[in-house]
Amino acid sequence: MTITGIAAIGAGLAAIGAGMGIGRIGGSAMDAMARQPEIQGKIQTSALILAAFVEAVALFGVVVALLQG
Amino acid sequence: MTLKTSRLVALYLSFFLAIHLSFASEVKEGEDKEFDAKEMIMHHVKDAYGMHIITLNEGDADEHHITIPLPVILYTDNGLVTFMSSEFHHDYHGDVIVEKNGERFVNVHEKVYQLNEGETQVKLDEEGHPTNAVKPLDLSITRNVFMMWVSIAVLLLIFLAAARRYKKSENYVPSGVASFVEPLIVFVRDEIGKPMIGEHKYKRYMPYLLTIFFFIWINNIFGLIPILNGANLSGNIAFTFTLAAFTFIITTFSGNKNYWKHIFWMPDVPVPMKIFLMPIEIVGMFVKPISLMIRLFANITAGHIIILSLISLVFIFKTVAIAPVSVAFSLFITIIEIVVTAIQAYIFTILSALYFGMATEEAH
Repeated sequence: MTITGIAAIGAGLAAIGAGMGIGRIGGSAMDAMARQPEIQGKIQTSALILAAFVEAVALFGVVVALLQG
Repeated sequence: MTLKTSRLVALYLSFFLAIHLSFASEVKEGEDKEFDAKEMIMHHVKDAYGMHIITLNEGDADEHHITIPLPVILYTDNGLVTFMSSEFHHDYHGDVIVEKNGERFVNVHEKVYQLNEGETQVKLDEEGHPTNAVKPLDLSITRNVFMMWVSIAVLLLIFLAAARRYKKSENYVPSGVASFVEPLIVFVRDEIGKPMIGEHKYKRYMPYLLTIFFFIWINNIFGLIPILNGANLSGNIAFTFTLAAFTFIITTFSGNKNYWKHIFWMPDVPVPMKIFLMPIEIVGMFVKPISLMIRLFANITAGHIIILSLISLVFIFKTVAIAPVSVAFSLFITIIEIVVTAIQAYIFTILSALYFGMATEEAH
């Protein structure tokens, strides 16, 4: 396998991790909103910020894959 | 959604679709030439010396390009050299040589190289880098610089017009452009500034937060208009680096005693832990702006690459049957990207505000 192929697999693995992370954040945020609809705005803000943090880690993987590919 | 807004949305989407189809016709290659999706995508994502809009009659004898030429400004050993990018005749393989006061320049993959003394042709190594040429100091007005100026002009136009309307009367009810920007500014103040920095200190940081929010947003939107050949400004690492550097400098200089204490000598933990935490906190200081930089750069670049890859599918499979799929998917991704333009501007601003809030927090 060429280095490009390995880089593509790496990007895919990074996407799996981010998917699991953001999925958990989204699920928990939905749960919390269903329990306490009155603080929906606050939950949404923090969920977005946390998703951005998780996503950043996956994007590091994508950037490394881009540099290799 | 009322009928009017849904009509507007439909108009907006068909506009984007039409533009993407024009994009698709642009990437069409001759029968004999092999279509290289990677090269096409990389050329669209990277910076360039001219604003290439469309190629007419590609592959025919009367092929010609419609381009906005931009100035190339180089600083060589013999001083300043300037010429318009149209002198390269849209060549980026190093075939066309531009000669200015005895120095020869070629454009190899949208980077200008100066040929060494006496050389008349550029020689490339296996990776496509020139072996007999050097890179002069490049101060060109490239398409990214050009688009940045355009977006600055648009922002000034919008906000100066809005500011003028507020100046006119004290209890002014917003209308026109002011009624468009007021809710956005109030959003940045009430949802980003106040909760992240705090009631008492947020005012000092509002000009910066508003500037980066609108600047990133408008550049993200400009990047999505492919008739501008996707001037991918916010997907340029130098651009995002500069914005992140501003956030880093402001955070560092507004850091109070409490902030520095938390970095160098974490309170309320045992001494071995204090020593252990110090290097981690120092690294964290730099990782925060770096992650801001990578996040914006990678998000926008990845969006562009996905849209272009989906359109390239038609030319990779060489069949029209795949076209409905690729157009439908690229339309879907475009809609997501329109949302991402706003979300990324929001994330960059809210994280900057969060870091300022951490720097100015009082001991508790």
